Amino acid sequence: MTKTKTIKSLEALRKKLLKDRKKIQSTLIMCGGTGCQASHCQEVVDAVKNELFEQGLAKSVCVRTTGCHGFCEQGPLMVIEPGNIFYCHISPDDAHEIVTKTIREGEVVEHLLYTDPVSGKQVQTELEIPFYRAQERHLLAQNRLVDPCSIEDYIAIGGYSALVKTLFEIAPESVVREIKDSGLRGRGGGGFPTGRKWAACREAPGDEKYVICNADEGDPGAYMDRCVLEGNPHLVIEGMMIGAWAIGARQGYVYVRNEYPLAVKNTRVAIQQAREFGLLGDNILGSSFSFDIDIARGGGAFVCGESTALMSSLEGKVGEPRPKDLHTVVDGLWHKPTTLNNVETWANVPSIILNGSSWFASKGSKGSKGTKILALTGHIKNTGLVEVAMGTTINTVVFDIGGGGSNGNSIKAVQTGGPSGGCLPADKFDLPVDFDELAKAGSMVGSGGMVVMGEETCMVDVAKYFLTFLQDESCGKCVPCRMGIDRMLEIVTDITEGNGTPQQISLLEELGSTVSETALCGLGKTAANPVLSTLRYFREEYEKHISEKKCPAGVCQALITYTIDPEKCTCCGICKRACPHKAIIGKKKQVHAINLDLCQKCGICRSECEFDAIQVK
Amino acid sequence: MPPPTLDSILEERRSQPQQLIEVLQDVQEHYGYISEESMKTVSNELGVLLMDVYSVASFYKAFALKPRGKNVIRICTGTACHVRGAKLILNQAVGQLGIKPSEVSDDGLFTIEHVNCLGACALGPVVTDNGHYHDHMSPGKLRKLIKSLYKADTEEISND
Repeated sequence: MTKTKTIKSLEALRKKLLKDRKKIQSTLIMCGGTGCQASHCQEVVDAVKNELFEQGLAKSVCVRTTGCHGFCEQGPLMVIEPGNIFYCHISPDDAHEIVTKTIREGEVVEHLLYTDPVSGKQVQTELEIPFYRAQERHLLAQNRLVDPCSIEDYIAIGGYSALVKTLFEIAPESVVREIKDSGLRGRGGGGFPTGRKWAACREAPGDEKYVICNADEGDPGAYMDRCVLEGNPHLVIEGMMIGAWAIGARQGYVYVRNEYPLAVKNTRVAIQQAREFGLLGDNILGSSFSFDIDIARGGGAFVCGESTALMSSLEGKVGEPRPKDLHTVVDGLWHKPTTLNNVETWANVPSIILNGSSWFASKGSKGSKGTKILALTGHIKNTGLVEVAMGTTINTVVFDIGGGGSNGNSIKAVQTGGPSGGCLPADKFDLPVDFDELAKAGSMVGSGGMVVMGEETCMVDVAKYFLTFLQDESCGKCVPCRMGIDRMLEIVTDITEGNGTPQQISLLEELGSTVSETALCGLGKTAANPVLSTLRYFREEYEKHISEKKCPAGVCQALITYTIDPEKCTCCGICKRACPHKAIIGKKKQVHAINLDLCQKCGICRSECEFDAIQVK
Repeated sequence: MPPPTLDSILEERRSQPQQLIEVLQDVQEHYGYISEESMKTVSNELGVLLMDVYSVASFYKAFALKPRGKNVIRICTGTACHVRGAKLILNQAVGQLGIKPSEVSDDGLFTIEHVNCLGACALGPVVTDNGHYHDHMSPGKLRKLIKSLYKADTEEISND
């Protein structure tokens, strides 16, 4: 192994790696993200490697298992270069055909190609797929180029050259200015200007300073940080190193969710490799800069995504936030000046340094620069991770990239920004993905979760869902959050159970605004957003629950009953076997019925019935 | 492979209070829960008051203070899974096993847990059994999964 003690040795290593790569005839790029692992991609990788070995191609064909490509719904998936051929839903049995036909003979295996659900046509290359075509994949595209566990891969594609430029060509204060000029804003939810944060931390008195990477991605429905950290950990490490140089820190921490075992593993490997290569440690590349990174696993508390709570947790304490009379850039981890940025924010740093702030600022909208990764999920045809220039409209994301509602259903709303965000109705889809514009509409970009909700979603139930989540996650330190969320949940539960009164709507609004104004930290301050935004845009649904005691979407258990349509029932018995409460009666060849006394309204029978015979009223 | 001893987990971390969460993570990972005994040892060795060890262990969701079932079924109830019917999946598990989340079934074979997001949102509803991911779950698929886990365990017992 070459230790890269100087710039010269780093560049020599890069040259050698590139020379070696030229010998490779073709590369099979296999997505190995958590999503594709759930679809058993490892078995496909093993089968393909085995097949290449048997056909004597192991040396000339490279199989690269990479981080997430974003199109999780289609996994396991593979891209073959050169040619950009895209195969999806691959099984280990396809390995022989892929190697024999595509690698040896240059032919395409048609049954593995992607079929566009909108046009119904087969597509041969990744670039032609509408899901990818409408995106601007700056960060995500890099995932395909590297095996996350190979620092050599990262160096070969130019990795750590932004660090070299920083250490030897740019003074720390100029690095800060460059980030300021780029207009980069925090990708974790707050949207705070990154450059301003760095400048304040740099100017804060004290010799001991820290940088932290917040990878405690707790927003349900968002997984872009997992994907970036898991797929390209060296990019994040390089960003942190540049930040550390700029503010004058010698130590950094990556605080990562323990629910992301692959991200924990890949980051550990990356840190170890960087140490072995001399890229972390003392006098990096022969400069005066010494820096190291440690990893800390989160304990599964949503509130630890908040900067002060995260720092308490890093100190080994209960993750409770503290008042920000003094900002963390002055009084942070161990009461020392600390810069905390989210994974995606750090990942943007190296390219800003390499390409210049004006390059970054040329993308995006007036107040929100660059690109943003969004997690597009829910009732939509194409789900996965999407990266677009900020300022792109929700319409483009939902319809051009997402392909519209799943099963041809219409879309009722999009929930953006996780539990701190809000629900936007379909007539607001011309809004841009922009920090300020979405906030004005009562929602937020947040960390980039975008959960699409079809007509079958009850918006009051959605509000109840988020309140239940937040009640569970509130640390309990401040009264407005602890009690306010409790009371709001009580009211919304009343409404979903048919016990609501019209006065409760105004009470909810009043409570919501009090909690927003008085809670201690970001969790509490934004906790009312899901309620307030659904009240703003879907008030008639609340009113129907109250006045008519009906749930229009057929979701709220207390307001619905399940019955079996005798005309449609084929007496197959599937529902009877499926019901865990033994509430379905009926013998063979006899139309089934539901015993309403035993029925718990769990809905399992309806989801299992293949003939749409179970109705909800 | 036997789990590492508490002694080896504590190695190089003694008298370092800031290592509390990392130590508890390892105890949880290898022993499945954090016992009163291990809390006392951790308290002594790291130099953290027992009260504070308990407060941290009970604050974070990652830590269980009671033993869990042999099979841990984690059901993702994140927003993306919720809108695609995670509740049905939870109802299936609760109905089939007759236990509530965090409880252990009488035979000691199962614990159900709900987790706020597993980060595989595009594939929802998502369930893990002992760390293995299952995507696009339906009540029927979960029923079969639980049955197969049950069968594997009871056969193991009868073979012993």
